[in-house]
Amino acid sequence: MSYDVAIIGAGVVGCAIFRRLAMGGAKTVLIEKGADILSGASKGNSAMLHTGYDGMLDSLELACVRAGYAEYLEIHRHLNLPLLETGGLLVAWNEAEAAELPTIVEHAHRTGLADVHLVDEPELKRWEPHLAPAALAAVAIPGEHIIDPWSPPLAYVLQGIAHGGEVRRRTEVTGGERKLVGWRLATNAGPIEAGVVINAAGNYGDLVEAIARPSPFRITPRKGQFVVFDKPAARFVRSSILPVPTERTKGVMVVRTAFGNLIVGPTAEDQEDRADAAVDEAQLRVLIDQGIRKLPALADVTVTATYAGLRPATQFKDYQIAALPERNWITVAGIRSTGLTGSLGIARHVAGLYSQHFGRLRDPATPIWTPVPNLAEHLPRPYQQIGYGEVVCHCELATRAEIDAAFAGPLPAGDLGGLKRRTRCMMGRCQGFYCSARVAELAAGRLADLPVRSAA
Amino acid sequence: MTTHDVVIIGGGPAGLSAARRLVISGIRDVVVLERETEAGGIPRHCGHTGFGLGQFLALPMTGPEYARRCVAAAGAPIRTRTTVTAIEPGGRVHVTHPETGPDVIIGRCVLLATGIRETPRSARLVSGTRPWGVMTTCALQQFVYLRNTKPVTCAVVVGTELVSFSALLTARHAGIQVAAMIEEGERIVARRPGDWIARHLLGVPVLTGTKLVAIRGRERVETIEIERQGGRETLACDGVVFTGGFQPETAILRSAHLTLDPSTGGPAIDQYFRCSDRQVFAAGNLLRPVETSGMCWAEGRIAAGNIVLALQNRLPDASYPVPVTFSEPLKYVYPQRFTIQMPVAAPPPLLRARVNRAARGRLRLLADGRELWSRWVHLLPERRITIPSDRLPTTGLQQIHVELIED
Repeated sequence: MSYDVAIIGAGVVGCAIFRRLAMGGAKTVLIEKGADILSGASKGNSAMLHTGYDGMLDSLELACVRAGYAEYLEIHRHLNLPLLETGGLLVAWNEAEAAELPTIVEHAHRTGLADVHLVDEPELKRWEPHLAPAALAAVAIPGEHIIDPWSPPLAYVLQGIAHGGEVRRRTEVTGGERKLVGWRLATNAGPIEAGVVINAAGNYGDLVEAIARPSPFRITPRKGQFVVFDKPAARFVRSSILPVPTERTKGVMVVRTAFGNLIVGPTAEDQEDRADAAVDEAQLRVLIDQGIRKLPALADVTVTATYAGLRPATQFKDYQIAALPERNWITVAGIRSTGLTGSLGIARHVAGLYSQHFGRLRDPATPIWTPVPNLAEHLPRPYQQIGYGEVVCHCELATRAEIDAAFAGPLPAGDLGGLKRRTRCMMGRCQGFYCSARVAELAAGRLADLPVRSAA
Repeated sequence: MTTHDVVIIGGGPAGLSAARRLVISGIRDVVVLERETEAGGIPRHCGHTGFGLGQFLALPMTGPEYARRCVAAAGAPIRTRTTVTAIEPGGRVHVTHPETGPDVIIGRCVLLATGIRETPRSARLVSGTRPWGVMTTCALQQFVYLRNTKPVTCAVVVGTELVSFSALLTARHAGIQVAAMIEEGERIVARRPGDWIARHLLGVPVLTGTKLVAIRGRERVETIEIERQGGRETLACDGVVFTGGFQPETAILRSAHLTLDPSTGGPAIDQYFRCSDRQVFAAGNLLRPVETSGMCWAEGRIAAGNIVLALQNRLPDASYPVPVTFSEPLKYVYPQRFTIQMPVAAPPPLLRARVNRAARGRLRLLADGRELWSRWVHLLPERRITIPSDRLPTTGLQQIHVELIED
């Protein structure tokens, strides 16, 4: 079996590239070592649709974020993907931070965002009355919105499949050899031949890159921990509350989620391990403390969940995207924290590189749209209709119909994490107190490795 | 849209008991809303014995038997698979049902009896990875007793409340080995001889003064790290059962108009079990963590008696409530307010409380600074504290205060 293109890594970036190339008519395979898509860096992020207000001028990242943002707005309704239009407020908590705000506005204007503007203290407090009194002033970024972190990549893959692409999960690329034209990739599930290989391996990007060449970059996973507050917290803010950034990170944000919660995070901790997204009590307590200092009402809200994501940072600030025509290889690496927004733009850029060096892609005259089930709380959900079977997860109101749907179609949930990301079951405030046994029962026989046995 | 005299939300012991009392009192139009496929509440999956003593004329029974008895006793229609999605003023209860979809049910009175749940790992901020095998007692019970499955083979039980011993019995029933039961405090929270039973009858090591530091493992739990006697140790297990740390299940109240009490986590009530909306009442473990099913049953009955009076416009007006305050080490006191002027012959109301640490001293009830009652007590966490309030004056009161003067 031979493909035009093999994409290694089904994170959000791999999924978006897969969609773009499959729609462009390339015979494309998406290879993922995990049991489901999004099993690495892309499963834990802040779910923001970034404007790129703080993007580096003339960087590839900013260009991809802009293009990705625009395309998301264009296609989200066709794919039934949510858009929670909160806008962002970058808040200064002391005089020193307030002094930085004009520079931030000026920079945003230079990136082309004319609507970014200063907000004075009275206006800030009128708009966000629950913020702590220390809030001095802010920069409004009207286009900074919230989306669902998991449905977009799923929709992208499904659309790619509808256009003839193939997905191989539980398939780990272990090496590769050059063929006359292209590559023969060695995997744990047999060889895969492709004319061009695209490295979208996220936290493993430098290891996969070594198949083609000595990697010019080194991935140091940067861990970001988050605390998810219960849904009553979401009503305390209208906008995404952003911090004045430092050199190293965008800092700790207080933002709503499409699912109706409020998250505080991320931390930024460099680590060697590429898979260990462990949370840490001390850091979580710091986040909670920071959250309460910005939004005192959080003190009375319980924590629903905690999670950590690993961002594939390199020693470079910009994305590491390049075509190596003589090696039939495209590198897509170092997509740190803007991947969710940037992915569609990255896919466009990669498609451009592909047609420039390897083969023509056509624009599909009639795209096949593959709408995904809505998980966002501000849009209609199955429990509000007739025929949903049963409410399985009471906290998130995830229904039997949604769970069945997650196991149907061309890309059924591959593991429990995949099922949770497709349905929200077990992800609410009780974390499976009421529903985990029922979910396991419904998943029995459908998830190969769910470690639940019949009682002896 | 339908209208009923009383809409009861939650078909556990408190809700079912209230239904029974209402029907016996001649209130015919009562409906119980239950989101599960079967009513009965938490006891449905407590497979061990010990339920129903003093409530039914029978020997102690298992949780499922008890749940069935409660359901049979209710005597009012129970609408299962009916999920309440919102409550609004005017007794408007928004529901949804798989076959009929969304609807609004209006109650002249509404009783909240939605019970409790345990604090999961996430809210306890435990460090480490998030593999399969981390659960609460209730989830373990459901796996074992409702679905007849065995989610893990060797577990560590975190906590030593009464429910923690239920977790031990559940594990034993399913053939799940328990590597250890661990407790941060220096003694177990449940009454002795729980630890003796665990050690000697169930063969489970009970480690007090032990903190769970981290959970390790990628797909499944592989080990946990614990801290005891100043050192760190690693325990091998493939499951961690977080027990207790109960909190009221207030999901549907989160966007409602009702006043919640952050110290109990439940709705604030007066001595008639009446919430800040006079049409809405609450009973059972929703009021506070946590009491036995028998006590929830009793509360449901008393609350229903008050609802009968409310339907007859015989409950005192709630517009001038007297707040009940308390101080450390008391963790909560409820009812959170008293409606003074008690013309009706209600059962003498009781104040109930908990402490957040072990303490001894003189427990006092003060009305506008004047001591009405006191007693020397030795208080332990998670033990019920009852304070009689029958000496409270019926008029002219500004504040009720409960305090412990420690020795």
